[in-house]
Amino acid sequence: MNELTAIINLVGTEAVRVILGVVGVLAFVVVNALVLTWLERKVAGHMQRRIGPKEVGPFGLLQPFADMIKLLGKEILTPANVDKPIYYLAPVLIFVPVLVSFIVIPFDGFLQAKDINVGILVILAFSSLSVFSILLAGWGSNNKYSLIGAVRSVAQNVAYEIPLMLALLPVVFMTNSLSLRDIVEAQKGLWFIGKWQFFAFLIYFIAGVAETNRTPFDLPEAESELVAGYHTEYSGMRFALFQFAEFSNIFIICAIATTFFLGGYNGPILPGIIWFFIKTYFLVFVIMWFRWTFPRVRFDQLLNFSWKVLIPVALLNLLVTGGLLKL
Amino acid sequence: MRYILDIIKGAISLLSGMGVTIKAFFSPVVTIQYPREVIDISPRFRGHTKLVGDEENPDRTKCIVCGMCERNCPSHSIQKVEGEKREGEKKKTLTSYILNFTTCSQCGICVESCPTDALAFSADYNPASFNRDDFHYDLLKEYEKRKNR
Repeated sequence: MNELTAIINLVGTEAVRVILGVVGVLAFVVVNALVLTWLERKVAGHMQRRIGPKEVGPFGLLQPFADMIKLLGKEILTPANVDKPIYYLAPVLIFVPVLVSFIVIPFDGFLQAKDINVGILVILAFSSLSVFSILLAGWGSNNKYSLIGAVRSVAQNVAYEIPLMLALLPVVFMTNSLSLRDIVEAQKGLWFIGKWQFFAFLIYFIAGVAETNRTPFDLPEAESELVAGYHTEYSGMRFALFQFAEFSNIFIICAIATTFFLGGYNGPILPGIIWFFIKTYFLVFVIMWFRWTFPRVRFDQLLNFSWKVLIPVALLNLLVTGGLLKL
Repeated sequence: MRYILDIIKGAISLLSGMGVTIKAFFSPVVTIQYPREVIDISPRFRGHTKLVGDEENPDRTKCIVCGMCERNCPSHSIQKVEGEKREGEKKKTLTSYILNFTTCSQCGICVESCPTDALAFSADYNPASFNRDDFHYDLLKEYEKRKNR
């Protein structure tokens, strides 16, 4: 009995909680990226009436593991004349904001690493950092395609971060809180997407797709013009880290959309965490659906769309919401 | 006003595009898993030629050893069309028919020129070998193998 209490006390201490949280988040990030690579190929296949992976394991479920082993076994090349510290740092640095963002996401009423009272600010601040590591990767690679990709990414992210935040602000107005858990708790009855925030959701989602560099806004890694964009010169596990970060960013964008507009873990009958994952992965599916439907936009169209359409509409939405709340 | 109309029109066209892909997503796949699944060969497919059996007497083919196919073949792929007159039979019976498939271009002149329709195209679509001699087909032996099956 004494041992049991000792273990409970040990788990209860802050240090152990931190370690458990880090291990849990790392495990989740890897599993999520593996599942999403599989899902992406399956969705791509079926949208083109193909089958997708099916040879490795049942329904091709072990395909990501085969890919993993392949990437681990590959030689990690360092091209000549790269800016070595920057080149080595970029794939590691792109992973940091991903890990930090998972701390504040409320998976369920009890499942949240830490409820910070400025939660959404933490996520937004750290997700802007990922642009920085994309720029480092492009700059350090000594490759014109990488550099063009990185420059495009910066321009795109600056343009789309504004509507992203403007779309989240009305929800913050309505709940008077920046803590993600408070925002979810405020949606116990009706989700915010139903409480006049449909346009905010739409703007947030579009800007989110652009933030994660997904089609139709995948100019930073446009494979038909820029080889692979900012990660052209990366191979093996360094390339895999960029992929992991991309898939985790998709998950984070969808998780925030779920938290802010779709009621987070609220839902009938099923436990909260299952509702959270259903909603989030449905949005992930929609992003993949976009990818296999829409062609890539031109660069001027991309910036025009943000500055001329998304930002004015988001500002108008913010004004109307603020006015209605004051009345 | 045009600004708003453009946005609405754009949104509708995007949605209809998504409709197309989601319909494709839920439609059955068209992939054939080739070595494990084989679809029926089209009836007009031209494989190598094969001999057609006589309906009344399946032991022999329709061939009367006239040599028309051999003479008409533009690339001289048909070799050694030989036969013999057996006792009690009016027509000659085929004893050997060699098709050199390495030079055959499946033009079909032999099939068209045959007076008794004794030649037809087979549906053998995947002949493969490391040895050139494997494509010197003995069509009579092939016919007998088919008949006994």
